[in-house]
Amino acid sequence: MTDLAEQTAAPQRASALQRFFDGDIWYSFTRSRVTMVAAAITALFFVAALFAPLVAPTNPYDLAALNLLDAFTAPAWTEGGSAKHLLGTDEQGRDMLSAIIFGARVSLTVGFASILFSMVLGITLGLIAGYTGGLVDAFIMRVADVQLSFPAILIALLVDGVVRGVLPPSMHNDMAIWVLIFSIGISNWVQFARTVRGSCMVERNKEYVQAARIIGIHPGLIMLRHVLPNVMGPVLVIATIGLAIAVLLEATLSFLGVGMPPTRPSLGTLVNSGQNFLASGEWWIAVFPGLALALLVLSVNLLGDWLRDALNPKLR
Amino acid sequence: MGRPNLPLLEVKHLCIEFPTRRGTLVAVDDVSFHIDPGEVLGVVGESGAGKSLTGNAIIGLLEPPGRVAGGEILLDGKRIDNLPYEQMQRIRGKDIGAIFQDPLTSLNPLYSISRQLVETIQTHTDMTARQARARALELLQAVGIPAADERLDSYPHEFSGGMRQRVVIALALAANPRLIIADEPTTALDVSIQAQIIALLKKLCHEFGTAVMLVTHDMGVIAEAADRVAVMYAGRLAEIGPVADVIHHARHPYSHGLMGAIPTIGSGTARLTQIDGAMPRLTEIPSGCAFNPRCPKAFDRCLAERPVLRAAGPNEVACWLY
Amino acid sequence: MIAFVLRRLLQAVVVMLVVALIAFLMFKFVGDPVAQMVGQETTIAEREALRERLGLNDPIIAQFARYVADVAQADFGLSFRTSQPVDTMLAERLPATLELAIVAALYALVVGIPMGVYTGLYPNTALSRLFQAISLAGISLPTFFVGILLILLFGVVLGWLPTFGRGETVQVGWWSTGLLTVSGLKSLILPAFTLGMFQLTLIMRLVRSEMLEVLRTDYIKFARARGLTNRSVHFGHALKNTLVPVITITGLQLGSIIAFAIITEAVFQWPGMGLLFLQAIQFVDIPVMSTYLILISFFFVVINLIVDLLYYAVDPRLRIDRTAISSAAG
Repeated sequence: MTDLAEQTAAPQRASALQRFFDGDIWYSFTRSRVTMVAAAITALFFVAALFAPLVAPTNPYDLAALNLLDAFTAPAWTEGGSAKHLLGTDEQGRDMLSAIIFGARVSLTVGFASILFSMVLGITLGLIAGYTGGLVDAFIMRVADVQLSFPAILIALLVDGVVRGVLPPSMHNDMAIWVLIFSIGISNWVQFARTVRGSCMVERNKEYVQAARIIGIHPGLIMLRHVLPNVMGPVLVIATIGLAIAVLLEATLSFLGVGMPPTRPSLGTLVNSGQNFLASGEWWIAVFPGLALALLVLSVNLLGDWLRDALNPKLR
Repeated sequence: MGRPNLPLLEVKHLCIEFPTRRGTLVAVDDVSFHIDPGEVLGVVGESGAGKSLTGNAIIGLLEPPGRVAGGEILLDGKRIDNLPYEQMQRIRGKDIGAIFQDPLTSLNPLYSISRQLVETIQTHTDMTARQARARALELLQAVGIPAADERLDSYPHEFSGGMRQRVVIALALAANPRLIIADEPTTALDVSIQAQIIALLKKLCHEFGTAVMLVTHDMGVIAEAADRVAVMYAGRLAEIGPVADVIHHARHPYSHGLMGAIPTIGSGTARLTQIDGAMPRLTEIPSGCAFNPRCPKAFDRCLAERPVLRAAGPNEVACWLY
Repeated sequence: MIAFVLRRLLQAVVVMLVVALIAFLMFKFVGDPVAQMVGQETTIAEREALRERLGLNDPIIAQFARYVADVAQADFGLSFRTSQPVDTMLAERLPATLELAIVAALYALVVGIPMGVYTGLYPNTALSRLFQAISLAGISLPTFFVGILLILLFGVVLGWLPTFGRGETVQVGWWSTGLLTVSGLKSLILPAFTLGMFQLTLIMRLVRSEMLEVLRTDYIKFARARGLTNRSVHFGHALKNTLVPVITITGLQLGSIIAFAIITEAVFQWPGMGLLFLQAIQFVDIPVMSTYLILISFFFVVINLIVDLLYYAVDPRLRIDRTAISSAAG
């Protein structure tokens, strides 16, 4: 059995980057219908969010376009629905579909920005820890361990609370998006750092690093060139699953009332506002943004799962 | 003469396949041999020659997606390769024992040696817990664990590699099987311990009358322990015969080359021979004889037609030279 | 054994000190406690006097030492918002959160482990695929949205279960419990299900992947080769080895249940510590925030300690390679 594995694994000794574009990945993608559907849904969300002003039926921020008479219109296919508002309207007569598209735009913006922040922070700290070793490494990884044992939501909430405390109250709403990006980003860097550090530790003892030292090239530089391509695959997987986590975290913070303000709602904020109308029967105000959020997170998670399996030949 | 009418184990035209998306790999291709009661059959070949897969197929533990695609495996003349899992389970351990390569990972780290022995004994016999424990102690003493009564309740991590392999042998012998599949039993051990383990295995099997299929790539182990030798190459049987004949008068050019690679004490300045090239991947097995690209004596027929196993002296050889 | 426990205890103390330092720094640098405590018309001199009296002009080290001493005696100061002692505020809320968390944790364990074992043993059956689909939904559905859907279905549409609050509670000493009244139990169902759902998913996925991993090991193959029954191989050998990492991760997960309770408490207006913490964040009520942090950390540290001891009990080799395991489960 192991003999056979060696035989089939041998030709794949290319870098992770090359392997990513190798036929196997594409093959496993076309083989999995679920993954293809997930990719399509994700793409749909991305496009809708990117071109929200063009795609959405109305502009939910345009107060002049709101008509209170339209308030609480039910979804188009139910009793009391109107063809004008496919998914109904909220208490101010805002079109829910438009609100969701713009909400997804906010959610994805925060998601991408914070995962980028986590990635840069994590990779940098991981490289420093893995390259320097010793006390610096021990310190960074201890912090990572401790942070990892606390749930991200708690860390994000605390950071959010502290930053709010530092900022004057008048700036809270305007700065909300930056506070969110910072607090979510800082709660998710550990996985990146661990992966990069692990790869660094492996590379550090290899002969080419010693050889580089002998011929006078800074070994850090040459390691960078070997470590980064090696960790591309895992980093991509962590980033994809991390995006789902970040979007979920943003929605949760906004739902809890410490994220995006109602004036610039994300999907979580929309669910929060809609929650108040559950008991009175206007269920769609909370349910549709929630469904959109669940669908987005599920799709990204599916993509991440597939990517992890496809990049990990051990499981294939 | 000598050979009883019915062999203990008979493997007929065994084929093992691995379906992959790039087509089916034939990892073991039309392999036939038998093992007589009490006999030690050595199976040699390079990594990937299909020796371990053959052993796994016999105990019915081929790992998916590998599967027996053709042929028969008979124990006492009865087919066992098509038995349902539950019936095969009753044969494993009781009729056919197994020893794997790495003693460090073969034992469950969370259970004491005594527990693992007792559960094996009780699975296959009607012994009470007390009797099974006594039997476990006997077994540990038989495999040469010093102070066995004190170490009975130790955990695997408290033993050295060589000692653990002794425990593994005790486990394999627990229900007195008539055949043991020993898959590279010494490869993971220190050289100094290898000889001890082989000597022990040989001695115990002789005492208990157990037959052994000894899978290895180490010709020294074969020369030491085997009665007969089967040489495998690229999933096929190249040559099979009594140990002395295969070692000293190998017919097949591959076995000949393999034997030339054994250092012998006292041969002084004689050079070790080596076989040029490497065994082909399973996806790239040439037509005709699988060995033809590396064979110094290959001729036209070797490229075109696949040789079948035929008698050549005391040996059977798959080669067009005979 | 004693050395091991002592080392763990020491580590726990260090972690608690670090957390106390963070809490202290929050006090020190976020907001001005004096400004929070006095009215607009207080003079600068009065403020300075108050500052001196509160010890805010002492050296930082002395202030930190005093803070740690206060915390050790469960004296967490007064809330900026309500001016009540923080310890009594939290003590009132503690039973609600703990009852919710424990019920949710039990539910997650009792349902999650069998589901994980089953999907690990029989990965290709229809039921396994169903469980897998549920688990994927479980990690993708936001907790608050699960709660809202449950409220909508069981509260609004069917009207079977209460959707907010704890129902009637009974005082047992200082502990107020909702577990002894019918309305308390009914009120607990939806929040506990919501809170346990995510943990259940994680536990199931973890047990499944560990099970698959263990089933591939040599000792499982050897156990099969010895002719042991499937039952004994699966539940005797595989499951016990699976438990080693599962205990670790599950322990940490149970700790995080108390933190995740924040969301559930917000959805169901459950009067627990999480709801209090949320209000504290909105009002930048630093004493409540930092006390909550310390309390949660304390739970975590205690759970960690218990996990380590369990670990010791299960694994005779006592591999203390915790980091490798938790990173694998990531």
